[in-house]
Amino acid sequence: MLEFISRMLGKESASSKTVAKERLRLVLVHDRASISPAMLNRLREDLVKVISNYMEIDEAALEFNLLQDDNEVALVANIPVVKMKRDYAAKA
Amino acid sequence: MGEIIVVTSGKGGVGKTTTSANIGTGLAAAGHKVVLVDTDIGLRNLDVVMGLENRIVYDLVDVTSGNCRLKQALIKDKRFTNLFLLPAAQTKDKSSVSPEQMETLAKELKEEFDFAIIDCPAGIEQGFRNAIAGADRAVVVCTPEVSAVRDADRIIGLLEAAELRNPKLIINRIRPEMVKRGDMMDISDILDILAIELIGVVPEDESIVISTNRGEPAVLDQGSKAGEAYRRITRRIKGEEVALMNLDVPSGLMDKLKKLVGLR
Ligand SMILES: Nc1ncnc2c1ncn2[C@@H]1O[C@H](COP(=O)(O)OP(=O)(O)OP(=O)(O)O)[C@@H](O)[C@H]1O
Ligand SMILES: [Mg+2]
Repeated sequence: MLEFISRMLGKESASSKTVAKERLRLVLVHDRASISPAMLNRLREDLVKVISNYMEIDEAALEFNLLQDDNEVALVANIPVVKMKRDYAAKA
Repeated sequence: MGEIIVVTSGKGGVGKTTTSANIGTGLAAAGHKVVLVDTDIGLRNLDVVMGLENRIVYDLVDVTSGNCRLKQALIKDKRFTNLFLLPAAQTKDKSSVSPEQMETLAKELKEEFDFAIIDCPAGIEQGFRNAIAGADRAVVVCTPEVSAVRDADRIIGLLEAAELRNPKLIINRIRPEMVKRGDMMDISDILDILAIELIGVVPEDESIVISTNRGEPAVLDQGSKAGEAYRRITRRIKGEEVALMNLDVPSGLMDKLKKLVGLR
């Protein structure tokens, strides 16, 4: 009975503002993901710098991309490791 | 030294010109020396919204290209002796002004005025770049619709890229009864998405149409709800803390019923 009333009062179907907000969230993930090549390059350089603290990587063979499909955007990186650095802390 | 405030949106028709006219008039009514600058070259409108369309001799392009001096192109308002309009050119295109020329103009305006309100054209092309060129602050207008919020997001990104940080948001044409029944995004939904600071909420209001018909900005109409919203925005622009207007609709029978069965 309560369920019937609640459906009648429009609680069941998602309100259109909820739909609007969810659609906006998705479309903005895409819009904002179209970042400039310059920024992508800076990100790449920063990543290389951080990772190099821990391992030696093959920078020339590094692949780095923002991939998009309908529901999500992913940062996909393929970073060949040449050599691991010695972990002094672990030995201490 | 005055301040240059650009009113922009990305999407067309969301209320930039209405907002420029009302904020500018509101600041003038508070005693500040104000100039309204219409940068929508080819589609000038601020003159009619202000009711000053019959007084135009020179325009923005005449000033930037050196055809006349700034003083000659400024149109005096009918209501306030400290309010002026610099109209857009109607017969030229947006490329007849450059961002560099706008920066030079902005410097000159800052010497003369407490505030210059720049009405930006829709879009993200040259007209937008001209409008923001000399600005110190930006106000972004959007309506509670998916397309307007999306465009506002893009504009906010472009403003930041142009080093115009901390733009403030005006949500225009909100309809409290639609918000209440869940068919319009509310203030917090939009702030959630855009993540910028709110400077005002203006309700959908017939008095905007009436005041535009007359060429009398609603901010001067004490009985107008949108006018009240713009009066509050004007004070916030001056740095005052002002509460948001109460836009609640009185609860009806359905609400009482929903409350009774525990849905609200
Ligand atoms: N709060 C409101 N309530 C009712 N009508 C409104 C409101 N705000 C704006 N309007 C109406 O919406 C229309 C568009 O407004 P306005 O010209 O200010 O938008 P704009 O962003 O400057 O448009 P453009 O992009 O073409 O320059 C006008 O007819 C105006 O009267
Ligand atoms: Mg306009």
